[in-house]
Amino acid sequence: MSAHDHAADHDHAHGGAAHGSLRGCLIGFVLSVILTAIPFWLVMTGAIDDKQATAIVVMAFAAVQIVVHMVFFLHMNTTSEGGWSMLALIFTLILVVIVLTGSLWVMYHLNANMMPGIHDMREMP
Amino acid sequence: MASTATVAGIGPVFHLEEEHAHAEGGSTMLGFWLYLMSDCLIFAMLFAAYGVLGGNYAAGPAPKDLFDLDLVAVNTAMLLFSSITYGFAMLTMDKGRVAATQAWLAVTGLFGLAFLSIELYEFAHMIHEGATPQRSAFLSSFFTLVGTHGLHVTFGTVWLVTLMVQVARFGLIEANRRRLMCLSMFWHFLDVVWIGVFTFVYLMGMLR
Repeated sequence: MSAHDHAADHDHAHGGAAHGSLRGCLIGFVLSVILTAIPFWLVMTGAIDDKQATAIVVMAFAAVQIVVHMVFFLHMNTTSEGGWSMLALIFTLILVVIVLTGSLWVMYHLNANMMPGIHDMREMP
Repeated sequence: MASTATVAGIGPVFHLEEEHAHAEGGSTMLGFWLYLMSDCLIFAMLFAAYGVLGGNYAAGPAPKDLFDLDLVAVNTAMLLFSSITYGFAMLTMDKGRVAATQAWLAVTGLFGLAFLSIELYEFAHMIHEGATPQRSAFLSSFFTLVGTHGLHVTFGTVWLVTLMVQVARFGLIEANRRRLMCLSMFWHFLDVVWIGVFTFVYLMGMLR
């Protein structure tokens, strides 16, 4: 890599990082409003009879909205900071998934197995 | 990039060529992003705690008895508006317009304060009804999760006021631009966490 390339890299890191455009800002805002309003409307009016289905739809909207915020407001992309911010994000997401699914899964089964235990304990000598 | 030279008596010596000085603050944005990721893990723990304990009402009030979705919707709108006004503040900062930047920052701060006021009103209302953090595991984890987010917004607002004073005194100098960009990431990150809160805590709570 030549000295010129280095200079270009630095220009990019300073000039291209975390700066959106008015258009990007507005697109992000409009998408967020839509993606917020629909789940609230679904839950407030009970438009879908099945609660389980509503929960899944609401969670899907949240996931999409988080991506919208990441892209349009936090300006995430694969090239900023030489890809390191994306790498850190992916690492964090893996940890978050392990923590959340692990906790919920283990504790659900713990609760499910403990429930009848209370009665058993009373009958013990 | 690198070269080796042989120095008599010592053997080969390895050194990097083109070692250049890094501009001050050049790594701040990545460092701050890493901080946000660690903050994200804190929230993941609190979400996990709420997910595990959120159904343990101890014969106390359930989400349906406590939550007012209209209020939560207004709160969400406040945070969303503050996100776009901060975006406008960053755009005017790029153009170097100090007064407009300050104005947008002030609007953002007001939306932040509105969010905090509504949340404090909600908390006070719940505590008044006897739904204190001590009442049940559900309420303990609820107040911890939502309270931690509220605390973040509080400190974000304090930071915002501090930066407005900085910009008023020193203008949009390089250091202040860097600080405003860090706060921008912090503010938008809090909005992302709020998406999780209103989905998992409020909307899912009403579906239970």
